[in-house]
Amino acid sequence: MVKVTVAKSTGTQSYEVPQDAAVTIQEALHYIKENLDPGLEFDSGCRSGVCGCCGVRVNEREKLACQSRLEEQVRIEPLRYHEVIKDLRVKRHEETLGECYLHEYSQEKITGEDAHKIELQSDCILCGSCYSACPVYEVNKSFLGPFALTRVLKYVEDRKEADKKSFIDGIQTNGVWDCTLCGECSAVCPQGISSKDDINVLRAKSVQAGYSDPNFQTMDFGFNPGF
Amino acid sequence: MYDCLIIGSGGAGLSAAIEAKARGAKVLLVSKTPPTWSQTCMAQGGMNAALKDADSVSDHVADTLKASGGLARESMVRKLCENAGETVKWLDSLGVPFNRTEDGEFAQRALGGASHKRACFSQDYTGLKVLHTLFDSAKGTHRRDDLFLLELLVEKGSCRGALFVHRDTLETEAIEAKTVLLATGGYTGVYKGYTTNSDFATGDGIAAAKRAGARLSHMEFVQFHPTALKSSKALISESARGEGGYLLNSDKERFVDELLPRDVVSRAIAEQLEAGREVFLDIRHLGEEFIHEFMPQEAKLAKFYEGVDPAKELIPITPAAHYSMGGIAVDDGFQSSIENLYAVGECSDSGVHGANRLGGNSLLEITAFGRMAAQSALQNAPSKAEEFSGEEEEQKRWQERIEALQKQQGRENFYALFRTLGELMFHKAGIFKEQTELEALQGELDRLETRAQKSAIGGTKALIEYLEFCNTLELAQSIARAALQREESVGAHFRKDRDG
Repeated sequence: MVKVTVAKSTGTQSYEVPQDAAVTIQEALHYIKENLDPGLEFDSGCRSGVCGCCGVRVNEREKLACQSRLEEQVRIEPLRYHEVIKDLRVKRHEETLGECYLHEYSQEKITGEDAHKIELQSDCILCGSCYSACPVYEVNKSFLGPFALTRVLKYVEDRKEADKKSFIDGIQTNGVWDCTLCGECSAVCPQGISSKDDINVLRAKSVQAGYSDPNFQTMDFGFNPGF
Repeated sequence: MYDCLIIGSGGAGLSAAIEAKARGAKVLLVSKTPPTWSQTCMAQGGMNAALKDADSVSDHVADTLKASGGLARESMVRKLCENAGETVKWLDSLGVPFNRTEDGEFAQRALGGASHKRACFSQDYTGLKVLHTLFDSAKGTHRRDDLFLLELLVEKGSCRGALFVHRDTLETEAIEAKTVLLATGGYTGVYKGYTTNSDFATGDGIAAAKRAGARLSHMEFVQFHPTALKSSKALISESARGEGGYLLNSDKERFVDELLPRDVVSRAIAEQLEAGREVFLDIRHLGEEFIHEFMPQEAKLAKFYEGVDPAKELIPITPAAHYSMGGIAVDDGFQSSIENLYAVGECSDSGVHGANRLGGNSLLEITAFGRMAAQSALQNAPSKAEEFSGEEEEQKRWQERIEALQKQQGRENFYALFRTLGELMFHKAGIFKEQTELEALQGELDRLETRAQKSAIGGTKALIEYLEFCNTLELAQSIARAALQREESVGAHFRKDRDG
């Protein structure tokens, strides 16, 4: 038996799941729902790690329930910084995606290299793991966040997008400069995407576009010119 | 009132919504989940379009007709294939990062049953990238992601809207529109535990259309994908064989031409399994670099579920229900047998797949036909919609049913019954079928229905899942009946008692 503890909306509850009843965390949750607690709510979709509906925290780490093995003594919680619908079900932060769509088709010829360049950024499944792992939300709920910025880079790096400027303009407030570059998002991404790296690229592109790090500006003003 | 109510927000529903919005229509896109959770994300291999000089639309048409066992409708197949190039370019212009050749042409790979390398792809994440690009492009569309379809509102033979239940509050909600387009996906969820498809693929739209009196067709044709991972039924794309992968049995011998159509390969594998052998996919000779570059998703799934490294080891596989060719019968303008009720994508039987779908045609169908269905629905919509007069009664009837379900008591566990359903369907209405088994199945399905009514329903989400289960049960009956009626073997439908 494996002890599975779930942080439900009504309080924490522990269950005993037989070892052979489940390979994955998601199968364990199904076992609990079908045999022990029919009221338990969680989302379950493709079982292949590609629909992104089953992001949860397992032993304080963001995981896809369908892609995580059931190990000894697990504690499962809903993603942090998300509105909980019930138990492990949360509402995803679609609003942060803002104006992420192709604005103006450039008609330019695309090479194999161009397609390759945005391969990783377009692997995102919007599971919300990076959002939950991001410490910035502790202090700033309006932060655009890791997956949204990765998606911005997808369009900025796409040769097919002729209007790159509006994307860069849109990430100056509560965007690239608010990130602490701690790398938690990259560590938990089930698709191996590093939003931290993407944000660094976007910072460089912002500087090229004439923007500068507002944190440094604040520091400049801190000096007393008359000293 | 909305001009167009689109139900289902996967690739077909999103394509339809984008098209309808571009035409200035007032659209509402309704689904039981957010768009990106849709089945479309699981399509791996690619989407067909005859783009190369050596290839042609007529070759694509011929391959599609051949795979269909002669049961496809040529007018629709032609419409699909003729629009393929334009559809790929449309998706490309929205931002789908299709793989390219060195000269910047769309890279194309071979899939089973194709006479040319015809499938455009984005690694093995084609569906995911198409779906997310459509999702981005549908920005600004009025959307509801929390409504589960209960019934279509049909009066005087014409569809005037639909009744939904809110997933979280269980309140019913009627939405009326001039025209209704179903894009709710397929019914392979009937094969619970034996399908590569998502838990969400429960055929809700087809079941609702059936209850409303719409004609269903070709329900007996369910495609079994030859290569699902043995334990989880996670899909290993056909491109693994297209790129040169082998199928081996326990004696490490090849036993079938791997590039034959899916139904033939699935039957060959099923025969091996029935003879007590195991079957493996062997892609070791493709090399680690190639696998990493072109099949990252499959390599990951094989490692996770089967614990094997496909660059070094054999992957244990089994066939699993993958795609439902049948569905709501529609005419060449995507209208069902009910006026103002349209259907597109896997929930529809648009006539392009017949008895068997060609790999790479489903992503094409949902995107090309998704747009065309929206056009057709809008063009033919009544200029002034009539209101549905029975809305109050219908709402009341469903509120009462939901309250009754919440109080339903009994010793049965409907989740266990759902698994039983999947097992029964896989073994009796699966790769091989025969009359006596199908007749026995019909009796078993009746008993399952009776038992289902004796199960307690534990909560809000459980109630939605119970309704999904009821939908699959209804459709299982349709499959069994259609399978009995079709006595000849054709495409994915194989009658062992006639051709065994």
